[in-house]
Amino acid sequence: MSDQNTIEERYDAVVVGAGHAGCEAALALARMGQETIIFTVSMDSVAMMPCNPNVGGSSKGHLVKEIDALGGEMGKNIDKTYIQSKMLNRSKGPAVHSLRAQADKAEYTRSMRIVMENTEHLTLRQAEVSEIIIENQTVKGVRTKSGAVYYSKTVVLCTGVYLNARCIYGDVVNHTGPNGLSAATFLSDSLVENGIPIRRFKTGTPARIDKRSIDFSKMEEQKGDETIVPFSFTNTEEDIKREQISCWLTYTNEETHEIIKKNIDRSPLFSGAIEGTGPRYCPSIEDKVMKFADKNRHQVFVEPEGEYTNEMYIGGMSSSLPEDVQYAMYRSVPGLENAKIVRNAYAIEYDCISALLLKPSLEFKEIEGLFSAGQMNGSSGYEEAAAQGLMAGINAARKLQGKEPVVLDRSQGYIGVLIDDLVTKETKEPYRMMTSRAEYRLLLRQDNADLRLTDIGYEIGLISEERYEKFCKKRDLIQKEIARLSETMVGANKTVQTFLEENGSTTLKTAASLADLIKRPELNYELIAPLDIERNSLYEQPLSKEIIEQINIELKYDGYIKRQRSQVEHFKKLENKRIPANLNYDDVHNLRKEARQKLSEIRPENIGQASRISGVSPADISVLMIYLNI
Amino acid sequence: MMSLSDTIAAVATGMNQGGIGVIRVSGEHAIALSDQIFIPKKSGKEIRNLASYTAAYGNIVNEKEEIIDEAIVLVMKAPSTYTKEDVVEIDCHGGIHVMKQILHLLLKKGVRLAEPGEFTKRAFLNGRIDLSQAESVMDLIAAKSDLAAKTAVSQLKGSLKEKIENIRNELIHNLAFIESALDDPEHYSLDGFDVTLDEILQHVEEEIGHLIMTAEDGKMMKEGIKTVILGKPNAGKSSVLNVLMGKERAIVTDIAGTTRDTLEEFISIQGIPLNIVDTAGIRETDDVVEKIGVDKSLEAMNQADLILYIVDSSVPLDENDFQIMESIGEKHVIILQNKSDLSSVVTREEILSHLNKPLIDISAKEKTGFEEFYKQLNDMFFHGHLSYNDEIYITNMRHKEALENALSSIQLVRQSIADSMPEDFYSIDLMTAYERLGYIIGEAVEDDLVDTIFKEFCMGK
Repeated sequence: MSDQNTIEERYDAVVVGAGHAGCEAALALARMGQETIIFTVSMDSVAMMPCNPNVGGSSKGHLVKEIDALGGEMGKNIDKTYIQSKMLNRSKGPAVHSLRAQADKAEYTRSMRIVMENTEHLTLRQAEVSEIIIENQTVKGVRTKSGAVYYSKTVVLCTGVYLNARCIYGDVVNHTGPNGLSAATFLSDSLVENGIPIRRFKTGTPARIDKRSIDFSKMEEQKGDETIVPFSFTNTEEDIKREQISCWLTYTNEETHEIIKKNIDRSPLFSGAIEGTGPRYCPSIEDKVMKFADKNRHQVFVEPEGEYTNEMYIGGMSSSLPEDVQYAMYRSVPGLENAKIVRNAYAIEYDCISALLLKPSLEFKEIEGLFSAGQMNGSSGYEEAAAQGLMAGINAARKLQGKEPVVLDRSQGYIGVLIDDLVTKETKEPYRMMTSRAEYRLLLRQDNADLRLTDIGYEIGLISEERYEKFCKKRDLIQKEIARLSETMVGANKTVQTFLEENGSTTLKTAASLADLIKRPELNYELIAPLDIERNSLYEQPLSKEIIEQINIELKYDGYIKRQRSQVEHFKKLENKRIPANLNYDDVHNLRKEARQKLSEIRPENIGQASRISGVSPADISVLMIYLNI
Repeated sequence: MMSLSDTIAAVATGMNQGGIGVIRVSGEHAIALSDQIFIPKKSGKEIRNLASYTAAYGNIVNEKEEIIDEAIVLVMKAPSTYTKEDVVEIDCHGGIHVMKQILHLLLKKGVRLAEPGEFTKRAFLNGRIDLSQAESVMDLIAAKSDLAAKTAVSQLKGSLKEKIENIRNELIHNLAFIESALDDPEHYSLDGFDVTLDEILQHVEEEIGHLIMTAEDGKMMKEGIKTVILGKPNAGKSSVLNVLMGKERAIVTDIAGTTRDTLEEFISIQGIPLNIVDTAGIRETDDVVEKIGVDKSLEAMNQADLILYIVDSSVPLDENDFQIMESIGEKHVIILQNKSDLSSVVTREEILSHLNKPLIDISAKEKTGFEEFYKQLNDMFFHGHLSYNDEIYITNMRHKEALENALSSIQLVRQSIADSMPEDFYSIDLMTAYERLGYIIGEAVEDDLVDTIFKEFCMGK
């Protein structure tokens, strides 16, 4: 290809797509010193949020905090651009506290773009990548629709929902990506030519309605929290505090359901016009009505799309029904009687791959240097995408640096659970993170993501020296203070007994440690201050909220935490038993047929991963361990 | 997954050998844990004080220091053992019941029941067996696991499977509800759920408690010597069965859910479990040969471990008798010459000339002669002539272990509720209980929880 008219450039890494996965991947690569170019079909769609206007939520909030602890951007960006913040499940255990923030969508995009544009080693380019250049099972670069060639040793695919995308409502089909952006129509073919099978998933989004046409007096106001917890460990509440904007709650009713039932045959989902597999956790309103016929109402959350727009997102009512039915059904909801639709609800179908083709580093098993992240891998959600993008970017950079990939395991973070699930288990629908998927969730809390992962972020070069020092200081303080509290004893004297009585706690029979007192449900670190004489003389200023939180949690849930830690020890033993990449499972005669077939397909990296493959029994694992003599 | 570092135990000899049985314990804590259940006759000979490859004589005792059995223990220290781990062998002679009790004691102390082939697996992984033998080890594990899995499910009584499934469904439904509410707190509220759940779990606890008692009685599995009663019409088959059942009525189980053509009666005679196969309802028709024909009764015979052949001594031997006697061949059989209360027209010699097997005179009507029958049965069993698939025993014990694990997990959930812990803490132990109950019916956990959440609760934006 030495045509004079052809543009040819060289980079260390190419990132295809600038959504939430692409941005994290490109930033990680560039920050790790790799010359990186990122392609997007439109410069206006960098880090775009085409669906819900929020970041975080149950388990997704955990992902964002972990991204931040590793040196990713999502947490910082939402802290800059949020308009409302809430800690969900505050009344539940610390493991399921989940942070969620409403975003100003336009600001979120703008702010991320500013960061991208001002990052060294990073080039942004608006162009459609039409081909991945692969020779001898090794990636060589990409070619754009115009014929320009960008050579690189690594390519990260973050194509989101754009490959052969179709947006559908009623009998209207638009061959575009979300928000009318052009779809990428060539790349799928290029992947298929290189032996990568493509599958078809679908998702959907509700209508956006003009704020001026909504009667909020018929809805319940949903305010943000008074105390703000930032997503990024680099921010404090004071850094980001702002006036918050409310969301609103209303409900569908029998009339809404009647309208839907009467027109259900006009839904492309029911008529079969849509072939893609949709997610069960995010059903369209027609799905909910048909599947849960006994429910006479469903919640509808009306959420602002930003501070300076009148568009409101109608959460809970995604749909692919025809336009006239959409009008009728939205207008049957209290407060939306005169609703003016700005954008229709629609379903979107797109091409993606099975993540079983990937290693836990997110590199293709069969194509060296080619990585894939985000919805391309069959996940859903901004946070899931960003988490994968970050890891793919890190591992592409590590490859270029000649280093081992960084793979988080299931005991280290939700990111580990997410990627392990994707590359180990067959997902038949877009995969969404949930706290119930994390078996060690008591250890994987959103509040301790920094304690779990900052070391790794620092080691790979995404956490600055300054931030790391600050972090180490925090960690030391927590450990020292817990040790001190466990060693400091208080006797059953009068002061102590009076204090306990006053605080509704049973009096002491023998001496107890301060830690023992903190463990009592009715007491905590702050409350017992009067009994802790040493405390004030030890510290010039009181310990930070974050440190006190860690002390309280570690002490109060000590028993449960210890149990989970011992489970993790057991888990690690199997994770540490590596399986050679070139193992031929046909040589292991005693495996059952199903197990052999699954193992050959997925080629797990270690015994732990092998044991999680559905269809592989404990006996198969024993046989495998004996064969490998491990 | 089972850990390689646990201490494991198994019956090393078949449980069928009524005389001496050997229980083998292997692992890091084999010595310390066995030590807790053994009191030597001579002080200083405690297991913890024994040198490698020395034995001691003493008693196996329970928590209350009550003597379970006399035993000889042999201590072998790592690494010069089969598994290269510390190994303790307990030789006892009290029969099956006692061996089960000793195993239970060990399990209570924290020993885990060995998986099929696990001793051999450890021997290999610890370098005791060389690579050339790996293949056969793997075969062994594959075969044994297969058998164990088949046994586990196929031998479980139908009604029990259903009970366990019901409990599991109850658990996963509530678990899914909690998780849905945690995942989507704006949709589902957990207010007051602790009280509801505690009530449900109290009930579940009782159910599992019943199941444990069932397992303790060995009634959970179709364990026992497969026995067929044969004889021509009116020979008195049903009367004999009734006497046998009447004797041990307390532990005869009536099993709902078993199908008509595999109706079985479980009888324990002086500790020997008999699984009497009612080939086609002896009790109703007393007419098995005529009704189902010789072919069918031969088939039933072929599958039996023991045949009780009833001869009516008040009428002459006929074609039916000759056919039965001919086809019995090498099978274990006890001939019961019934109706000794009536004047006999058939002599012992006549029968023995056709079929030279143990023969006992009985009268089902007068209930006489049965003591001698039981003695004969005992002799055959304890001399090892009679046996049955001891995999079933192990499976039964495995079930009990799983049930006990499930029970303690449920108790932990209730403790969390009592301690006013937040709801998400319930999930951990609920899941464990669900998983353990799954072992019994051969169900792996997979994505059950996520599937139930989506199926039963309406989620999403």
